[in-house]
Amino acid sequence: MKPPEKQAMRDACAQALIDALVVHPNLVVLDADVSKSTRSALFAKAYPERFLNLGIAEQNVIGVAAGLAAAGMLPVVNTFSMLLSLRALDQIRQSVAYPRLNVKIMAHYGGLSAGPEGPTHHAVEDLGIIRSIPGLTLLVPGDACETRSAVAAALAFEGPVYVRLCRNPVPAVFDEPPSFRIGRGKELLPGNDLTIVAVGVMVARALEAANALRGKGVSARVLDMPSLKPIDRELLVKAARETGALVTAEEHNIIGGLGSAVAEVLVESAPMPMIRVGLQDCFAESGEYFALMDKYGLGVADIVHAAQKVLARKLDGRGLAG
Amino acid sequence: METERDPVVTLEAWARAIRKTILQMTAEAGHGHPGGSLSAVEILTVLYFHILCIDPVNPNWPDRDRFILSKGHGASAWYATLGLRGFFPAEMFHGFRRLGGALQGHPDRCKVPGVDMSSGSLGQGLSVALGMALAARFQQRSYRVYCLLGDGEIQEGQVWEAAMAAGNYGVDNLIAILDYNRVQLDGFVHDIMPIEPLADKWHAFGWEVIDCSDGHSIPHLLRAFEKAFEVNGRPSIIVAHTVKGKGVSFMENEAAWHGVADASRLTEAIVEVSRP
Repeated sequence: MKPPEKQAMRDACAQALIDALVVHPNLVVLDADVSKSTRSALFAKAYPERFLNLGIAEQNVIGVAAGLAAAGMLPVVNTFSMLLSLRALDQIRQSVAYPRLNVKIMAHYGGLSAGPEGPTHHAVEDLGIIRSIPGLTLLVPGDACETRSAVAAALAFEGPVYVRLCRNPVPAVFDEPPSFRIGRGKELLPGNDLTIVAVGVMVARALEAANALRGKGVSARVLDMPSLKPIDRELLVKAARETGALVTAEEHNIIGGLGSAVAEVLVESAPMPMIRVGLQDCFAESGEYFALMDKYGLGVADIVHAAQKVLARKLDGRGLAG
Repeated sequence: METERDPVVTLEAWARAIRKTILQMTAEAGHGHPGGSLSAVEILTVLYFHILCIDPVNPNWPDRDRFILSKGHGASAWYATLGLRGFFPAEMFHGFRRLGGALQGHPDRCKVPGVDMSSGSLGQGLSVALGMALAARFQQRSYRVYCLLGDGEIQEGQVWEAAMAAGNYGVDNLIAILDYNRVQLDGFVHDIMPIEPLADKWHAFGWEVIDCSDGHSIPHLLRAFEKAFEVNGRPSIIVAHTVKGKGVSFMENEAAWHGVADASRLTEAIVEVSRP
């Protein structure tokens, strides 16, 4: 089997926006002086009259997008997830989510993908922060193809959407843009012993982990959960009941993100032994992206280890108390 | 023989009605922000009863002029104006700041006809107004966007991000009005964090600055807007010198009446503004 092709989500996002103008003639793309990094510069080159670069002013760029949306345009803001979810958070809450404006936010450089820039530029709290705001939809696609689908779904949806993307070329999970429904997850791999739920670049790692587990005689189901909010409760509860143990894997602090979202669903519907793979409530450091993920507990081996641990807990009957 | 009434006299009558409604709503709720609402009464009167191209029966008309109350705590003044202008029935005034009522403590565009934008966290409205002004450009519509800012509010950094961008884009369909009542929650603006020299600041950001020495004078305000309409290629700001708590002797220039300092005196305030 040839290794899956690597493509960057930001390039896929830019292409999706370029393609979208035909379907959405009211589209306007905005950036805050990082258009070369977010690749919104590709859109700017194709449609300069539909591009606004507001400079280094994230609060203002969200407000301007809100005004454009209130007047019937379809604004798509591009900048770094760390800046959006922290610096422009008040604006996202007050000027976009509360007034229910049709603003799409492309949050680039999610997780540790700013790598060598260091913890100042890593976004490891964004999912938890954004998820807790009423009325915001939060999407976390797993690869470049799914990014195409997620961006198209976000644009077609009426209401504010935050799409969290990764900077680097990442392994392909899908051969072509998959069907995408907000509020729905996907079973990528069947399995009966336990379930691994993943978002973003961790989806590819979850699949790798499942393959490694198969070699050890463990059958792991893999769920891709690109719609983190609203989350697919049905798919999660079904998987929990059928497999009896879960691991969540996310490029995020273990507080507030996918692990928390899954735990919130299960604790009320189908409590099962569960382990969250993610940053262990710490800042990371500068370093090459994938090496950084491995060092901070986001490696394939970490998922495998968590799977074995949670499976042992399930099998020895200690269950939730373990 | 019946003669046509002087428009200024008519507008002054509306201003009196708005002022009284603000105080009635506030008295009924027992709380609110009377000081900064009363300072904006004539500005809102002139806008809604003379300047704005709007249709209360069709509040979402795409070509309407837009207004944003960036100083969202002045909500009671906006609600009183919208209600009296016919955007919603007067019964809605009774729901101001009350459970189940549409008139939230700060404006909510999803609940009140005529409210084009929600606001409350200060400093955000000018960016939104700029977005609306740019949308008019994209859509080749000729509407104008008006944004009312508080004087204390411009201590927020985002205001200056928006000011810089609006200057850069040269949006002459954007007109800001500064309710310069000199008082913020904690005291006088010049004591807390001075904002002068105001004109120099806005000039430096590429704006036309129009001074309105009496923001409670209908003729002064009308002249200021006329000047703003003559400006080409850049946004305008009308610096309207006002009085916090205007019209109620014991509220005027009193920071304590940014909120309701003493609910038992609100009836007295209604009596005072009701005198002919």
